[in-house]
Parts: sequence; C-alpha cells; structure tokens
Amino acid sequence: MTKPAMTSLQRVLTSLGHQEADRVPFFLLLTMHGARELGLSIKDYFSQAENVAEGQLRMRAKYGHDCYYPFFYAPVEIEAWGGEVIYHDDGPPNTGRPFLADPARIKQLHVPDVASTPCLKKVTRAIEIIKKQMPDEAPIIGVVMSPFSLPVMQMGFPAYLNLMFEQPELFWQLMQINEDFCVAWANAQLAAGATAICYFDPVSSPTIISKSDYQKMGREIARCTVARINGPTATHLASGRCLPIIDDLATTGTAVIGVSNLESLAEIKGACRGRLSILGNLNGIEMARWTPEQTTQKVREAIAAAGEGGGFILSDSHGEIPWQVSDDILKNISEAVHLWGQYPLRTEL
Amino acid sequence: MKKFAAKFIQALLAMDRIEAQQILARMKPEDNALECVDKMILPALEEIGRQWEQGKVPLAQVYMSGRICEELVDQFLPPASPLRTDQPSMAIAILEDFHTLGKAIVYSVLRARGIELVDFGTVDVDTLVNKTIEGKVKILLISVLMLSSARHIKEVCQRLKQNNPRIKVIVGGAPFRFDDQLWISVGADAVGKNTTEALRATRQMMEELS
Repeated sequence: MTKPAMTSLQRVLTSLGHQEADRVPFFLLLTMHGARELGLSIKDYFSQAENVAEGQLRMRAKYGHDCYYPFFYAPVEIEAWGGEVIYHDDGPPNTGRPFLADPARIKQLHVPDVASTPCLKKVTRAIEIIKKQMPDEAPIIGVVMSPFSLPVMQMGFPAYLNLMFEQPELFWQLMQINEDFCVAWANAQLAAGATAICYFDPVSSPTIISKSDYQKMGREIARCTVARINGPTATHLASGRCLPIIDDLATTGTAVIGVSNLESLAEIKGACRGRLSILGNLNGIEMARWTPEQTTQKVREAIAAAGEGGGFILSDSHGEIPWQVSDDILKNISEAVHLWGQYPLRTEL
Repeated sequence: MKKFAAKFIQALLAMDRIEAQQILARMKPEDNALECVDKMILPALEEIGRQWEQGKVPLAQVYMSGRICEELVDQFLPPASPLRTDQPSMAIAILEDFHTLGKAIVYSVLRARGIELVDFGTVDVDTLVNKTIEGKVKILLISVLMLSSARHIKEVCQRLKQNNPRIKVIVGGAPFRFDDQLWISVGADAVGKNTTEALRATRQMMEELS
C-alpha cells in the first residue's frame, strides 16, 4: 500500500528526520539547463535574477523533483571579491586567473559587503522571487563555498596547498576572512528565503587532504562556520570521498552530506545511519551518455542501496548536472524515481 | 635499498624535504642520475600515485611529493642536461581552465623522471592547436576539469592529427576519471587517470615515436 502524497518540503523533511516519506525525494541540481528552457545563452541567462527564478520554476514543473536550486555558478563568490568569471556556451561559468596568486595580498584583503555586491544581489533576488511564488512547497537550496575550499578559486590550487602547508599564519588569516564572508553570504540567502544552505567543501574530502589535516583545518573551520549560519546546512564534497571522515563530519553541525559515486552508497548509509542524511550519488559525467535502461537501472540501484528507512535524497554526486545531460535523461531519472522510489520500497532489482 | 625506498616514500608523504634529500644523497645521484631516478624517485611516485587511486593517500600529498621530487631531480639533472633533451618534443596544457593542480602534478612527476616538456599553461582550442603545430610538438598532454572542455579536445585532436597523423595526445582530468569511455570518444591516444598512468602513457608514446 502506498502512502498519502506529500509536498516536496514534507517529503524532504521526513527523509531528513530518518523516516520514510511517500517516496524517495530527489534533487536534480540543475543550474545551466534553465537557459535552455528559456532559449537564452548561458551568459544571458545568468545576467538577470528573473531568468534564473523562471528557469528554476519551469524545471521543477517539468521534472517534478523536490527542490529549487537557484545557485548561479561557483565563481559568483569570486566575482564578489573582484575576480574574473569566464563564460562558456556549453558549460558552467568558470573562474578566471586567480586574483590572490600572491599570498602576501591576504593581509590587505577585505570581506566584500554582501548586501551591496551586484552579483550576490542577483542570487538573493532570484531566491526571493521563487519564495514569493512557491512559498513552502519545496525547499529552496542556497549555496556557499566553504572558507576552506574557496581559496582554490581565490589563489589557484597549487598556490593554496603551498600556503596551507608552508605559511600557516597567513593560511589562518585567510580562513578568518573567508569565514566572515561565508557566514554573511549564507545568512543573506537564508534571509531572502532559502530553506537550507549547501556548504560546498571539496577540499575537506580525503580525496584531497589527509584525515588528520582535515581534523586540524577543514573540520574546525566547518564547526565555527556552520555554527554561525542561521539555518540548516548540507555539506557537499563535490565528488570527493567521505567515508573516512563521516564521524568527523557528523560533529560539524551539518545535517546532510553530498557523496560521491567513488564510494559504496550502502556503506555510506551504514556509516551515517541516524546521524547524517545522504545526498547522492548518480555519476553526472557518465549520465550524459546513459540510455533509458541504464538510467532506470542506476536510479534503482541507488534507491536499493540507500533508500530504506529514509535519510536519503537521490541526486548526482557533484552538486551540478552537466549541460550535456539531455532533457530525455532527466525525464528518465524522474520517471524512475516516481516508479521505483515509492515507499515501502520494492526490493527486487 | 627497499628500506631506503620505504623511508623515502615516508619522507615524501610527510612533506619532509630535508629527510627526502638526505635519503637520496646516499645513492650519490650526481654520479648515477638516471639510475637514481628510475630506482628511487620513480617507484616512490608510482607508489604514491597507486595509493591515491586506492583512496589511501590524498591529492595534496601527491602534489607535494611530486614538487619535492621535481626540486630534488633538478639539482642533479638540470633542464639542459643531455639526458633530458634526447627525447621527442613534448608539451602540456590546460584547456579552458585555470584549475591547474592536475597539470602541476603531472608536470612535476614527468620532470622528476627526467622528461623535459614545455608548459603552455591555460589555453583555448585555437591557441593550443597553433602552439602545438608551431612548436613541432610530438607528444601533447591535455588536462581539463569540466566535461565541456573534455569534449572540446575532440576538435583539438582532429586538427592536430590532420596536420601530423603521428602526433600523440594524452588526456587527463576529472571528467576522464568519472567516465572511462570519454578519452576514446574525444579521439585521444591515451588517458592518464592518475600520475602513474600519465607517466606510463608518456613513456609508451616516447617508445612508439623513437
């Protein structure tokens, strides 16, 4: 017997409470696809808050997934610091040459004022429009880069690793500046109407740094930052591994972790059970060439591995579905979740 | 020797330059440059790369190990050494991206092996094709971060192979780690999903061209 239908928000909250909802919730973390919906170039699409809000509303109406994701692009924060954003016709806007390549400049760095920075105001405006049109029907997910991961775009990865391991004093100075920015930016999105904040922190993954370095740096920074954010957070490791640090992640105050297809979903579920919910872990890169049969199979496998007992939101493993993933594949994912994700779950694979 | 090799790996993972240098000094690298590279440095970097692939070692350590080895090798095998220059012309580039870590790791590891290559930095498709042709490059390594950039390699390969059918293109970067058929679909000759694979592919291409 199926359960009575819930709104997306009820479904997500039930799952995050480690209970089974009417079906497994799923987040299609679509950013650029809204441009396709509106017939705009990616650059034009992101030029106005109204476009992104409309894109998000149309995509959720089309695919029936359980969130709005008015995340523009990762370097929107870099733009706020005065850095360069490079647009592409067939991929996400990317960060340009790092503006903080010389670590000596950290001493002169000032936190941008979130309320008066045009690129950030566009994002909060998009959140406000969605919130006004669809209040409390589905969660609106805001996004921040963690203070610990933002320097990859601020400085470039090699220079940042050199700073982290060779100039600890300057490193911690940058972390304090970034923490203040991250908190202000997260709270501005919550004030605009975001339901929760996705805290992207790929550098904390054991794919990138050791567990002991994470415990000394990423974990402590997350504990301080998350405690100052005025709403629930999900920590996303953007395709990085998480299993060795799950116990640590659970102490940072986060409610959800975004997990990678590099690890077993069943194993992660076992390690998280009752403490953290899981968001993941369809392979977004491979997804671009999935057949309808493969798509259904991948969705069924993920649900079978992690759906039981709630605490699971089906999604991709990176936090952004590539532009190359077609409309048909997205519809296939949606159909498969609606068919195979109803609670109580069907057990046959 | 095995004991030294294990200690050398340990020093690299601890990012301890001085200890790594002291262990290496016992092999008298100034007298046996390539032997020292082949018996100590290369196996250490390969082992660290293997451990990263298995999720046992993080990328930060892979990068720092490569950097330390590159610095050490430069001391006894300088860029102009004839041991480095007797090889096909090679270059490395990042396509359409300023995320340079993957390229920096492979560049360091190849140089630590005594392989000399030109770094084109971040380039677009046209610039990469023009620089490769102008530089008479025989082996080109391309690193990308985004799926869209990975797909643009197809055009790079087509244009370069039209100009010189014998050119070898080796690709690497996140999209190729998450889709094991992607490198074939873009027309590359090989993929390096990690430093060990990139090094192996480069040496194989060098042999094919010799």
